[in-house]
Amino acid sequence: MSSSALSIPYTANSARRIVAIFARETRYEFVRAMRTKAFSLSVVGFPVMFYLLFGVMNRGEALHGQMVAKYLLASYAAFGVVGAALFGIGVGLAGERVSGWLELKRASPMPPLAYLTAKCVASVAFGLIITNILCVIGVFAASVPLSVGNYVSICAVSVAGGIPFACFGLLLAMVLPANSAPAVVNLIYLPMSYFSGLWIPISLLPKWIQHFAPWLPTYHLAQLMLWVMGYASSADGIRHIFALFGYTSLFLGAAWMAFARADADA
Amino acid sequence: MNAALEPIAANLQSAPDWASRTAVASLRAVTKRYRNGVTALDHLSLELLVGEIVVLLGPNGAGKSTAVKLMMGLTSPTGGQVRVFGADPRFAGNRQRIGVMLQVGRAPEMLRVREHIEIMRGYYPRPLPLISIVRAAGLEGLESRMFGHLSGGQKQRVLFALAIAGDADLIFLDEPTVGLDVEARRGLWAQIRALRQRGKTVLLTTHYLEEADALADRIILIDKGRVICEGTPNEVKAMGSKRTALTADAYQEQPDAQVTGFKILKFETTLKREQILTLSGVTGVEGATGFVTVTSSAPELTLRELLALDPNLSRLQIQTPGLEDAFLALTGRD
Repeated sequence: MSSSALSIPYTANSARRIVAIFARETRYEFVRAMRTKAFSLSVVGFPVMFYLLFGVMNRGEALHGQMVAKYLLASYAAFGVVGAALFGIGVGLAGERVSGWLELKRASPMPPLAYLTAKCVASVAFGLIITNILCVIGVFAASVPLSVGNYVSICAVSVAGGIPFACFGLLLAMVLPANSAPAVVNLIYLPMSYFSGLWIPISLLPKWIQHFAPWLPTYHLAQLMLWVMGYASSADGIRHIFALFGYTSLFLGAAWMAFARADADA
Repeated sequence: MNAALEPIAANLQSAPDWASRTAVASLRAVTKRYRNGVTALDHLSLELLVGEIVVLLGPNGAGKSTAVKLMMGLTSPTGGQVRVFGADPRFAGNRQRIGVMLQVGRAPEMLRVREHIEIMRGYYPRPLPLISIVRAAGLEGLESRMFGHLSGGQKQRVLFALAIAGDADLIFLDEPTVGLDVEARRGLWAQIRALRQRGKTVLLTTHYLEEADALADRIILIDKGRVICEGTPNEVKAMGSKRTALTADAYQEQPDAQVTGFKILKFETTLKREQILTLSGVTGVEGATGFVTVTSSAPELTLRELLALDPNLSRLQIQTPGLEDAFLALTGRD
């Protein structure tokens, strides 16, 4: 029964075609997210708004010898990167999973990694955009002294630091019912950010919160941002990098389990 | 399956046409059991051949979606084997000859129609040109419209466009005409027939029995995880009528009855049931005194004899057995 008509005419996906698929998928994911004003305006707008309110308004102020506007630049960049990942992937993917769109994509010849990569790259891109806007505001509106080294480092941390939260978004997308996804993500994102010292510097928060904060992934991202901005208040950045690696593995593992379970129950 | 139906089924399966055509997809003794204990498919086997339209029918919970998901590579069988174009459809690379149309609650709304099609085209090694896809799906003029700004019928047409975009040889259509008006439905039917003309294989699931009747080369009826009936629409209707009609004696007499030309005759008569059963072509008689329902495989013959026997026969109706009746009869749900 096996004739040439039966077997795949196996044109093994040439490397060029695969790259083209990844590139196209990523480009359109980003374009789509940008066009969805409800997402793009709020995910960029909130960190910018908070920075203007708390950072720029207080330009010139210092706290424990730290320049408020510079400190908050780092912490709001972290806030923005996390938000881009949790809302972009967490909410977006949850919706696509529940509506059946993800199933359509999975039934197509699309390499599954292309879809995931596109989502991750798009959310990291948003994180980078947020960081850049904050840097511009910080330098020109609040006279934050930002060296080229600082700028490059903070962008690098935005990219690398977005990955653990992209994985967190993946996990949330697998387990959250789509209707309640935005609300649940907010309920996780906002308190987690507050307790990590992203809004009010961690040193100003009560002792018990300071004690608890290292359990939160956002705390480690914020400390990493501060470290590259020249704040030696955290012990050393390596510790935070390891913590973020740990969280990434945890989120990925849990997302994988949730995925396998969904398949068995489908 | 009703023991009396087996001779007929055996006849159909041995028809010469079947053996010479190649199978593009097959489920071989597939079992699918879920973690919660539900057995969706129970040693089910079916095959899809080159250049045919197959409609998968069955009541809700019969296992249709599971069977289709297995062929699309979205899930794994607990037992048995799934093959599509000779390979395992669970790997993305093996799906380059498959196109899919599913019922989707929401597709990305902030992408234009042509962007959706471009993305899907990019997954396939030899996709159709954009213009052909747009024309086949009836989307002229809508290429630059955002998906979210389309009407329900237009969205369905975009989903159809995505299914044909890659010039796939095997296309799965899940309830493709839901929500479409009559004109759009007929248009889609024409496109599906065109696909078959080009040698493609189409597997359709639908709740519209009219659609199954109109499109299917072959119907596969599934219930409780097993195939209970397979054949052309006429054959399935015949099997359904026979099941409702019946006596074992009538079968013995006509084991290889012509299945096309089956009709239901309803009339008022003074003839007795036993008398009618002896007439040519009659496979079953039902009914209260006076008004009877007779199924016949040779209706003209039967009628001629009836009218000769009973000149006062009145209120005659001649009906083509419906797929719905067959469906209900075969799934034992009437």
